[in-house]
Amino acid sequence: MVRYARGAMALTAALLLSTAAVAQDKRILKYNADYDPIPLAAMEALIADFEAANPDVDVQLNNFDHEGYKTAIRNFLTADAPDLANWYAGNRMAPFVNAGQFMDVTDVWEANGLNEALASAKASMTIDGKQWGVPYTYYQWGIYFNRDAYKAAGLEAPDGGVTWEQFLANCEAFKAAGIDCLTTGSKALWPVAGIFDYLSLRTNGYEWHMDLTAGKVAWTDDSVKKVFAEFAKLQPYVTANHAAIDWQDAAALLVQGKAANYVMGNFAVGTFKEGGMTNDNLGFMVFPEITPGIPRAEEAPTDTIHIPAGAQNVDDAKKFLAFVASADAQTKLNAALGQLPTNKNSTVAADDPFISAGFESLSSAYALAQFFDRDAPAEMAKAGMEGFQEFMVKPENLDAILERLESVRQRVYQ
Amino acid sequence: MASRSLNQRSLAPWLFLAPGLAMFIVYVIWPIGESLLLSLYDWDGLYNREGEFTGRFVGLANFEELWSDPAFVTSLVNNVIWLALYLLAVPAGLLIAVFLNQSVRGIRLYKSLFFFPFVISQVVVGLIFSWFYAPNFGLFYMIIEWVTGQGVAILAEEKYVTYGIIAAGLWPQIAYVMILYLTGLNNVAPDQVEAARLDGAKGWRMLWYVILPQLRPATFIAVVVTVIGALRSFDLVSIMTTGGPFGSSRVLSFYMYEQALSEYGYRMGYGAAIAVVLFGIMMIFISGFIWKMWRDETER
Repeated sequence: MVRYARGAMALTAALLLSTAAVAQDKRILKYNADYDPIPLAAMEALIADFEAANPDVDVQLNNFDHEGYKTAIRNFLTADAPDLANWYAGNRMAPFVNAGQFMDVTDVWEANGLNEALASAKASMTIDGKQWGVPYTYYQWGIYFNRDAYKAAGLEAPDGGVTWEQFLANCEAFKAAGIDCLTTGSKALWPVAGIFDYLSLRTNGYEWHMDLTAGKVAWTDDSVKKVFAEFAKLQPYVTANHAAIDWQDAAALLVQGKAANYVMGNFAVGTFKEGGMTNDNLGFMVFPEITPGIPRAEEAPTDTIHIPAGAQNVDDAKKFLAFVASADAQTKLNAALGQLPTNKNSTVAADDPFISAGFESLSSAYALAQFFDRDAPAEMAKAGMEGFQEFMVKPENLDAILERLESVRQRVYQ
Repeated sequence: MASRSLNQRSLAPWLFLAPGLAMFIVYVIWPIGESLLLSLYDWDGLYNREGEFTGRFVGLANFEELWSDPAFVTSLVNNVIWLALYLLAVPAGLLIAVFLNQSVRGIRLYKSLFFFPFVISQVVVGLIFSWFYAPNFGLFYMIIEWVTGQGVAILAEEKYVTYGIIAAGLWPQIAYVMILYLTGLNNVAPDQVEAARLDGAKGWRMLWYVILPQLRPATFIAVVVTVIGALRSFDLVSIMTTGGPFGSSRVLSFYMYEQALSEYGYRMGYGAAIAVVLFGIMMIFISGFIWKMWRDETER
């Protein structure tokens, strides 16, 4: 027993010595994140740059599986808080902010001029007039289309955008040609929220849409019915059986030219190109204007980094946030991610037409929505997306759907 | 001496039971109590910074909400459909078992082939059937399209989706019941069959009056595992439809998961209330089974 104890002591001493040698001149910054392989490499490069600029800080990145992270964060924020943690903007961060788990970082925004540089993302990082984290990337949504499908139906490709009437007229022509005008795969529900969000933003505008997702508009209100009236015009032209397929299956329909348009986020470009599409036949346009004169708002889900309230090394964590928010760091990070920097002084690769179109679309947008399931509270989001899916299959159920959503609204926002 | 035998009689059984009992209390009784308690709270699953529970006591409000929640009613109705149709596995399994209970060359191979679906993971079964039903390229879809001219995407139709999933669930369940009956058939007394045959019994009468009564233990187990299997159906719903389209294929266990643990959930109290209802339904059956077993044991 004594022998064991002595051995253990020697071992502990050796460990202490070796870590002490490192810890002597480096302060540790623990960072919990959920990166897939490509983003992970991009973030590791950013961390290396940060460590080069701050040689006395050692960033320890603890990477989680993407889905597992959503559960893990609920435990580690209380049990073993890191100094930095990944999460999302908008209503998604509200539960953690309200539970006092995220730290107010308004001072980081003020000290580094982020209020101007990150102006487009500021609203989605703000709760109670304070900022609770820093955005590092986002991506645009819009309509991706197959030029070959347009050609097959004898139509002109809608580069540069079309009017809503023209879009619906095209749909009629696609129907005659046996091509799905608009495709989607709603098995996982969220793709239909993209369609609804755009119809809502284009029919009643950004402020109204934000009021709706904040629970200030009754779902049985006439203004909601106006949105669904436009939805009803589109509904007959959407891929049948979309409720049984995943978004990737619908992407295959677009690739094969069996469908012409797809309301999607820019991450889908990789899938389209893996399926064999190129910059020649894959096109992008912003969603058409519906109500004339409404300022154009876009969807841009934003990924963010926060400081947990239980962080040990707050000073270095704030330094890291300022670094991630800087124009140069975001330019480099997003070039590797294939997404868009949230800092307006960053630059994007000009040779990728989708990235540059997205940057153009978002930086000229009047305002940015996060996405239905990030703007609305989780329960409302789930009920809403189910309602949209049901409407797209059974438009005749509209009144029942809206009444159900209204009863959910009254419970969720009470 | 007297005290020693007393110890042996009264203490020893408890000592032997202790490890099992401890496990049972920690992993079964305790969580049941926790769930019952949690179902009276409104809680989003988060502790605050000091590590304190942040839930709000709401009494029976969660249960009141359940009755006016259309999604809960849908789940409950679907559970009843599951229960009723899943029991088809018992006669179907018996039929296959009787059919396979013969001595032909290579019968062991056929038996194992019939048993095969039970060996596959439920997740794989779900995937196979999703592809089978898939619009545009699924075999079932194409057959329907070929026969009627109009394909039906089973998993996108609120009317058919639950039946489609149950069909997928029956495939391995029938295999399971079949193997239970096959082992039961091995123990059927040949002299009774012989005697019945001399008395002129054959076919259905033989099965009903001579074979089936001897298979009663197997039937009992088959019904128990099928009922419980139907009530805890989760994997297939999760894999094949995630409760869709628009929530029409939900069952209680999946709805509980959705409310308490999924990305759009974290209503721990409400999820616990659903779990309590499911537990109540299960208890009806389980106490029935236990009562029957207890009666059988005391009668003999």
